[in-house]
Amino acid sequence: MTTPATTQVGGPLDQGPPAEPRIGSRNRTGDKIFSGTATAAGITILVTLAGIAAFLLYEGFPALVAPAEDVPGGEGFWPYVQPLLFGTVLAAVIALVIAAPLSIGIALFISHYAPRRVAAPLGYLVDLLAAVPSVVYGLWGIFFLAPQLVPVFRWLEQTLGFLPFFAGPTSATGRTMLTAGIVLAVMILPIMSGVNREVFLQTPRLQEEAALALGATRSEMIRMTVLPFARSGMVSGAMLGLGRALGETLAVALVLSPAAVISFNLIGSTNSSTIAANIALNFPESSGLAVNTLIATGLVLFTLTFVVNFIARAVVARRKDFSGANA
Amino acid sequence: MAKRIDVKDLDIYYGSFRAVEGVTMSIEPRSITALIGPSGCGKSTFLRSLNRMHEVIPGARVSGSVLLDGQDLYGAGIDPVSVRRHVGMVFQRPNPFPTMSIYENVVAGMRLNGGRGVRKAEMDGIVEGALQGANLWNEVKDRLDRPGSSLSGGQQQRLCIARAIAVKPDVLLMDEPCSALDPISTLAIEDLMDQLKKDYTIVIVTHNMQQAARVSDRTGFFNIAGTGKPGKLIEMDETSTMFSTPSVQATEDYISGRFG
Ligand SMILES: Nc1ncnc2c1ncn2[C@@H]1O[C@H](COP(=O)(O)OP(=O)(O)O)[C@@H](O)[C@H]1O
Ligand SMILES: [Mg+2]
Repeated sequence: MTTPATTQVGGPLDQGPPAEPRIGSRNRTGDKIFSGTATAAGITILVTLAGIAAFLLYEGFPALVAPAEDVPGGEGFWPYVQPLLFGTVLAAVIALVIAAPLSIGIALFISHYAPRRVAAPLGYLVDLLAAVPSVVYGLWGIFFLAPQLVPVFRWLEQTLGFLPFFAGPTSATGRTMLTAGIVLAVMILPIMSGVNREVFLQTPRLQEEAALALGATRSEMIRMTVLPFARSGMVSGAMLGLGRALGETLAVALVLSPAAVISFNLIGSTNSSTIAANIALNFPESSGLAVNTLIATGLVLFTLTFVVNFIARAVVARRKDFSGANA
Repeated sequence: MAKRIDVKDLDIYYGSFRAVEGVTMSIEPRSITALIGPSGCGKSTFLRSLNRMHEVIPGARVSGSVLLDGQDLYGAGIDPVSVRRHVGMVFQRPNPFPTMSIYENVVAGMRLNGGRGVRKAEMDGIVEGALQGANLWNEVKDRLDRPGSSLSGGQQQRLCIARAIAVKPDVLLMDEPCSALDPISTLAIEDLMDQLKKDYTIVIVTHNMQQAARVSDRTGFFNIAGTGKPGKLIEMDETSTMFSTPSVQATEDYISGRFG
């Protein structure tokens, strides 16, 4: 969220009645229109954001101050939102952990390994997947993925059951937190792969040749030039994916049968829901303070995405002097 | 260290386009060989075939042989990656790695050459040696942890030279290394080349006649008959001979500026 720099247009010479053209007099209507539009767009974004924040605060506030027993669940707002917040972050983190390395691999394959005949169609295919609506992914998750995963979960429970994540007992339907995370990963994979591919392709040829001329193999060249150069782009891609995963409603609502728990067990049948899915599932039947409560959970989600974005920006800015932008 | 190069009947292609035809030349160790000629006559292409950088372009290939002290760089079973570790290259535009510090830039090649286990003290010594070899040490010794991109253009080019010589190659190829630099930086690099030729075989492509005359021991003149035609090595001789009494008319025309 940066305010666009307003360009200073014209100068003292522009003032006064239009006389016959002199040296130094400039007519830059185009510039004025452009900078005006850019400024207006920037202000619109800020105003919209402020409006959303104000709405969430105003509508959510009653739930924050209401007596505990009036809030759905009967224990107050924080106990209500905690499992949801936990579920949201957990599902998104699972998705990101799966999708980040995969998307880098896919993008590298398309940008640096695949022969050009293969790379272009593969790129289109990945872009196409990004346009599939999330309800399709949700249905795919329930009807195809979940049953397929049950034996996998059993195996995880048997071999890695000592880890809290795979403690079991395994869900018989396969509709678990891990399934939801995988569905989310598949959903965000195309956009992340697409962003990564674009930034990998931006690596200056001169940099790649510098590495190769030093005797780097292709993978060493990628580690020396492509990946460092793409670092901030990859973070942006991950943020786009994470944003989509945090806010994803339908796919999660379809896959998970929620319970108000905080559990690291990723393969069991009781799973916490996510904020977005919880809003979607409960909003139609809610009224009064229950609606305020849901809106307040929305405020929590809004804040969460902001925090995540700021952290990402801090990560990118940390070594700005060394960024590829100085090439 | 410095090794001789013998090129025999080298044809260089981009896909089906033959960019360079029938080059045969010998390059002496511990000397500077300059390659001159009009734009597009294949000097860069030829230079890049000497360390197998040519083939990183899709569809690019060569036929013929390039012998480094008798060993054919294009022989069966020769890995282009290891060729490039013996034949270093400096490019037309300075290209230090922007994501690395000055120090890391210098050791970048060494890290590749199985130098991961090298002790810090030894590494420091090599960095100082390479930067001194590139006449850059005094200017950067207090800011080795700054990004390479924080240096001026001439300093960046010397950093690239330091990076190339840090791995102790046998040959150093330079493709118009001064064309993006100011006259002072250019002189600094020319001085440097003169020092480096004690230890390395140097091949330099240059557009600048005076530079070729100033720095090189031998000069090769490339030319093309016309666009779309392959470039050829027209004549190669001692630099003093080439610039005073060349044996081919085209060489004399080019050198005296009567070209076109
Ligand atoms: N990447 C490339 N793909 C196809 N043709 C190329 C490529 N690079 C150079 N060429 C062609 O090869 C010929 C020689 O180019 P080059 O070696 O760059 O000449 P010089 O360095 O002498 O100016 C030119 O005709 C040029 O168009
Ligand atoms: Mg060239």
